[in-house]
Amino acid sequence: MAAQPRSRRETLRLFFLISPSLFWLVVFFLIPLLLVFAISFGQRGTYGGVKWVLNLQNYLRFFDPLYLRIFGRTFYIAAVTTLICLITGYPLAYFIATRPPRWRNGLILLLMVPFWTNFLVRTYAWILILRDAGLINTFWTGSLHATLLHLSGLVPLPIWEPLLHVTAHPLALFGTDWAIIIGLVYGWLPDMVLPCYAAIERFDFSLVEAAQDLYANRLKSFLRVILPLTMSGIVAGSVLVFIPSLGAYVTPDLLGGAKSIMIGNVIYSQFMSARDYPFGSAISFVLMAVMLVGTLIYFRMGTE
Amino acid sequence: MKATRVGKRQRGRWLSRLLTVHGVAGYLFLYLPIAILVVFSFNVSRYAAAWRGFTLDWYASLFANEAIGAALKNSLIVAGASTLISTVFGTMVALAMERYKFWGKLAFDALLYLPIIIPDIAMAVMLLLFFVLSHGRLGLITIIISHVAFNISFVAVVVRARLAYFDITLEEAAQDLYANEWQTFRRVTLPLIMPGILGGALLAFTLSIDDFVITFFTSGPGSTTLPLRIYSMVKLGVTPEINALSSMMLLASMALVMLSLILQKGGGGRIEIT
Repeated sequence: MAAQPRSRRETLRLFFLISPSLFWLVVFFLIPLLLVFAISFGQRGTYGGVKWVLNLQNYLRFFDPLYLRIFGRTFYIAAVTTLICLITGYPLAYFIATRPPRWRNGLILLLMVPFWTNFLVRTYAWILILRDAGLINTFWTGSLHATLLHLSGLVPLPIWEPLLHVTAHPLALFGTDWAIIIGLVYGWLPDMVLPCYAAIERFDFSLVEAAQDLYANRLKSFLRVILPLTMSGIVAGSVLVFIPSLGAYVTPDLLGGAKSIMIGNVIYSQFMSARDYPFGSAISFVLMAVMLVGTLIYFRMGTE
Repeated sequence: MKATRVGKRQRGRWLSRLLTVHGVAGYLFLYLPIAILVVFSFNVSRYAAAWRGFTLDWYASLFANEAIGAALKNSLIVAGASTLISTVFGTMVALAMERYKFWGKLAFDALLYLPIIIPDIAMAVMLLLFFVLSHGRLGLITIIISHVAFNISFVAVVVRARLAYFDITLEEAAQDLYANEWQTFRRVTLPLIMPGILGGALLAFTLSIDDFVITFFTSGPGSTTLPLRIYSMVKLGVTPEINALSSMMLLASMALVMLSLILQKGGGGRIEIT
């Protein structure tokens, strides 16, 4: 359907249609992008500005053990988040895809509603649950502790002592890597379920019957037939979860503690408190590069 | 329970039961935190996470809070302006991309997709640097500019999805009946792609009003939006007012989702959710 403009008039119309967006994206996206790239080779000025000297110092600073540890933790958190989303999201997608067709759209919609609500609000909900004075710990040090105390009065057993000791203090849930992981899984689970669902829904289940006719057991027919044929959904979902987890800022900031910082927090502090724009730019640029590779994988899987 | 295609034997039934339990647990995981938030917004107790009785006080103090009112106003200005600009520009560029081939189209297509896939923290940093180095004054204008920069792409994707199903012979028919180009566009093309445009606009509005990271970096004094307000409140500590505000925002998001569903039903267009 798309064709070369046939007349001068059409060329003008084409120009009219694309020029506003072209202008906006070049000035407010492409130029800032190139600016970040250029500045990442510069140096922090004495008063926080940018000194334009070409060097690789900012990229070499990545190998500082302090930053290596943060990068390592970020990859670890993003990887664990993706894995948990996959292990819980794939069966959830399978569940939805095997319901009667008239249920499926409703179930998918139900999956999307929390996804459309504000990310800050969704993260904040987990503060209410996980913090020391939160829902879980109120139960842990309150009702549970009281019940155990009551029981220990009724039946003297040696197990009460350690149990009472444990429930006397709140669990360290808030401010840990696990709090961040829970927050990220909560935020991005639908991103895993949707592509998996799309792949499983397309899957022809008569192939499973064929495999079982050929004496494959249930596990084998899953591993050899269903899993390979829904792999595109798994890869797409994993990329969609991994990338935003890698660039997370809000979740570690609100749910993580002082020690649980991620790349996003480092970028933030370079721009907002340390005022080291060149180093912050270098980190952002590497983050973008990693993400671009992930996206290319995603698109390749999509075209297969 | 209906037997699934996995098998009718005993073990198959067990597996499918396990799957159902997992499905129910999955939805509980998604909805319980939200439900807890809403329940606590009606709780009398200010500090404890235990139920002490029903109250509407937190909603009352929310409506009396002028800072939140001002933040809401800023949010609506930003979302309204950025939605308007990005919907017009995004629709125009979608028409151009679907209808014409031109030199550098592939590169432009890539540029159009980049704002969707780039991590928001990276985009936020880029724009902050740009505004600081070009000596722009950070405020509502810079927030709107930034929101348009990512929203054009989302609108274009949604409208293009709609245009892909467009039957070009309808336009040819209109021109055979002596409609000029503007009449053809106004009377034929525009009404047919309207569900896509509205879907795109709604997506842009939602993304804009919900955005925190990019707004956070490109805002200045006096341009606090609702998410920025919530963030600073959360940073200061958990209060029942935040619960009430969050519940109101939940309600608003759900209303927006419903609205977009009704719009989609009206035209059979699809909103691509990335």
